[in-house]
Amino acid sequence: MGISRREFLKRVAAIAGTAIIGSSTKVLAREDPSGYQDRYGVLVDTTFCNGCRRCEWACNEWNKNPNQPIKMFDDKSVFKKNRRTHAGTFTVVNRFINSKDSKPIYVKKQCMHCEDPACLSACFVDAFKKTRKGAVIYNPGLCVGCRYCMVACPFDIPAYEYYKPLNPRVTKCTFCFDRISKEGRVPACVEICPTETLRFGKRSDLINLAHDRIRNNPRKYVDHIYGEHEVGGTSWLYLSAVPFEEIGFRTDLGKTAIRNLSKGFLFMTKMFEVLAAWPLVFAAFHAISKIRDKHVKGKTVSAGEKGSEDARKT
Amino acid sequence: MHEKPDSLSSWAHDKLFLGMTFQEYMKSNLTLSNGIAALILIVAIPVMVYRFVYGLGPSTNLSDTNPWGIWIGVDVLCGITLAAGGLVISTAYYLFGMKEYHHFVRPAILTSLLGYLFAVFALLFDLGRYYRLPYPMVVSFGLSSIMFLIAWHFALYILALFIEWSPALFEWLNMGKLREWFKKLAIWATVFGVIIAGGHQSALGALFVIVPGKLHPLWYSELLPVFFLISAIIAGLSMVIVESTLTHKIFKRQVENFEHAEFNRHTISLGKAASSALFTYFFLKLFGLAHSNNWGLLNTPYGYWFLLEVLGFVFLPAFLFAYGVRYKNVKVTRWTALLTVVGVVLNRVNTSIVAFNWNAAERYYPKWTELVITIGVITMGVLAFRWIVNRMAILYDHPDYESLH
Repeated sequence: MGISRREFLKRVAAIAGTAIIGSSTKVLAREDPSGYQDRYGVLVDTTFCNGCRRCEWACNEWNKNPNQPIKMFDDKSVFKKNRRTHAGTFTVVNRFINSKDSKPIYVKKQCMHCEDPACLSACFVDAFKKTRKGAVIYNPGLCVGCRYCMVACPFDIPAYEYYKPLNPRVTKCTFCFDRISKEGRVPACVEICPTETLRFGKRSDLINLAHDRIRNNPRKYVDHIYGEHEVGGTSWLYLSAVPFEEIGFRTDLGKTAIRNLSKGFLFMTKMFEVLAAWPLVFAAFHAISKIRDKHVKGKTVSAGEKGSEDARKT
Repeated sequence: MHEKPDSLSSWAHDKLFLGMTFQEYMKSNLTLSNGIAALILIVAIPVMVYRFVYGLGPSTNLSDTNPWGIWIGVDVLCGITLAAGGLVISTAYYLFGMKEYHHFVRPAILTSLLGYLFAVFALLFDLGRYYRLPYPMVVSFGLSSIMFLIAWHFALYILALFIEWSPALFEWLNMGKLREWFKKLAIWATVFGVIIAGGHQSALGALFVIVPGKLHPLWYSELLPVFFLISAIIAGLSMVIVESTLTHKIFKRQVENFEHAEFNRHTISLGKAASSALFTYFFLKLFGLAHSNNWGLLNTPYGYWFLLEVLGFVFLPAFLFAYGVRYKNVKVTRWTALLTVVGVVLNRVNTSIVAFNWNAAERYYPKWTELVITIGVITMGVLAFRWIVNRMAILYDHPDYESLH
């Protein structure tokens, strides 16, 4: 009896050890993506975009998503509705109306490739990865399909293949990771862009460039680079002539990375569980010894009864 | 153990058919409640199959903007919260040594075990790749995810609950040695369970701590884990009252030599604990409101809904429980417990569905197939509970085994 209990405790300790202590050390020793010096970004200057939607076509083409002939993308009627990303649609261009001069402003939308991604920190099987190049990529081989990444994403980007019954995937922009990993190639959307809207480069360079543009044209731009600090910073950066909330951006997201909102809880829970274990284990020993005392007493008083019970058990 | 050569048929006769012949047993099942249950399952089971064959798209109203619906908000969040009775009672009984709650322990543990099992069963419908359920345990670890903590805690807690419940199973199977052994393990399982149950009850609230931009400010709070933990304790206490009231009515035959005065006294004591927990919860909610300075939002439609939840389903039951204790009114206590359970369900639905994506253009409401599966899962849980209670020593002490208490 004693051995089995000891054995059991050992096993419990081993499981608890991996679940409680193991994970908290790993969380604390997390790799910091800001250390990746050569990570890339894209600067989107919304003042240049003419809404041609060639980027949508090129994106579909490269990612083998359902596509239409490029001429169909001249159709302006899609702008009547504010669109979002879906399965098979990694990027969309939306139209907003400038409140000052009533001219249209076109805004491309895709994964922002956060510096410290919410989807990544929300995923319970670690299916997302922040690569050294800056891209946030998804591994369908691990995904269980809980869709917590979609709940977590502050930009509402990840979409789901709801109509696949057996092996649905989360889908989102990959930053054309397969292209940018090779020297000299840029994402498909950047390559096709006929205006100067999209600019691919090192994130740090792009931030400098964006600040220069604002400084040189203070009347043209609002003094804000969207993505420089939002939720800890993003790889895709935006410049705008009007306040960002007017062109579909959330400006209430704050500068804190989403991961930091749950970090404290996870740490506290694990600490609490380790600390609470001791008084509870003590209480259990106390309870067991009380039961045993009672048991021994019972034996001496009603030995006859006990004997018959033993006989029944064999 | 099986003395006779024709043991299989006599075993089935004794254990499965409650001492009746097969024909008698089948005939005894022709009741109104079974008819209703059968009707529900006749609709629900084909819908369940439909979900697996055609996928989430045709069988739900889930979308890219609203990835979670009632299978998460009701089946999992409410299911787990209402299954906190096992945690509350086994803590009181085993660890605080409140031996007078002896008769509440086994039903509460069984309710919890089935609550967790059926919540995970319901989760299978929601997961896109349900066949990968064990992945966070064996294949890949998302250590920064609150969901990861929940997955592990669920798995371990179900194991702990099974151990706590297993003596009843082994009594039923006449396996005295195993029963002894697991009975001794049970106290360790309880200790382990107490540690991790609090962790994951609060973690269910922490799931929403990372969506400050999507959850209505009246429901969003950094205190969400604390709110969820305390309300789970409240739900656990209330569920024990509701569940014991119902089982004592439905399984009257099993609890014949039972002290009703004592039962009522304990019910009121549980109400007392629930009352203080509810007052604590109410004031914490108030502090949360003051902390985020959201008073202005109270005078909006969402504000009225929030006030209904907090005043009607937290403050009112807190007061009613106190009334029940003061005037030893067991009837009020029982109805208040039901009110409280409804309130906790309302809170979980509000947090995960009503107040979630409140500012989005596209709102979610469940498709009929989602409702049918939810109702089907709950029905299956109730049937499983009844099946076990009819066969095992859950509501009474097994006459063949001395109680170690």
